[in-house]
Amino acid sequence: MWQWLVRLYHRLGSPKWFYEITGRWIPWLTVTASVGVVVGLVLGLLYAPADYQQGNSFRIIYIHVPAALVAQSAFIMMAVAGAVFLIWRMKMAAWVARSIAPIGASFCLIALLTGAIWGKPTWGTWWVWDARLTSMLLLLFLYFGVMALQRAIESDDASHKAGAILSLVGVINIPIIKYSVEWWNTLHQPATLTLTEKPSMHPDMLVPLLIMILTTYIFFALLVILRTRNEVLRHERKRSWVRELLES
Amino acid sequence: MEFNSFAEFLAMGRHGLYVWLSYGITAVIVVINVILPVMQRRRFFKEQQQRLRRERRNQTGDKQHASST
Repeated sequence: MWQWLVRLYHRLGSPKWFYEITGRWIPWLTVTASVGVVVGLVLGLLYAPADYQQGNSFRIIYIHVPAALVAQSAFIMMAVAGAVFLIWRMKMAAWVARSIAPIGASFCLIALLTGAIWGKPTWGTWWVWDARLTSMLLLLFLYFGVMALQRAIESDDASHKAGAILSLVGVINIPIIKYSVEWWNTLHQPATLTLTEKPSMHPDMLVPLLIMILTTYIFFALLVILRTRNEVLRHERKRSWVRELLES
Repeated sequence: MEFNSFAEFLAMGRHGLYVWLSYGITAVIVVINVILPVMQRRRFFKEQQQRLRRERRNQTGDKQHASST
């Protein structure tokens, strides 16, 4: 088991291996994400019943909740990749972290914008400075900060280090986002989904949400792979295997 | 099916603007996220292939130059 893990680690650290294996994954990820988004949205927009309080505006949930979940998971993954880079100097990890940042920021922006639009008919306001919304806005700024550090400094190594350190510090914000709806009074409704309790949602509403969450994670993986492959090519352009790729 | 007509579907019971604005903005951000890395990849291949061709031309040019002197 341990040896297997060590071997996997070394393989993951190999840019060429990463490029080749993900090249085989891309078509599958694209197909599953496309099917998932069609099924999820048809069920969510056409077949899920309207909410008895919020009417049809609740259908925003099918993008808002998946985007918010992925935005937070992405930050944790970026911090983990940053830690791997800091501790074991694995270059691949730094490239993955650099790829995650703009994608995570995009999902965070989607969550904030759709939340504001959803807030207008539901709460009567686009924005309030309460704990959930403010901590989510902070997440967006943390993403921008990490992106700026990863790209601003001349030397690749120093910029990756700086980005990794900020993402590790910024991870503190993730539990704050999660528990913000319990610790403070807020307009934001508490979590719709929990792993421990039976879902309070009707299955007709719940199933499309679960499909959309899964699809968004798959789509996120696809985007990270696309960007990381570009990082691999850029850094390995002088290597013979990239040269062969260019000449074929 | 929750809606009886396409017009009803678009209206989303008075909430059409909010629902479609959310989905529209999301679609734009999603599409940008797909297009950017694909374009970056294409640019990389174009630039690097040009570089390779230039290097090869310089090499053969050097050889000809060396043999003529």
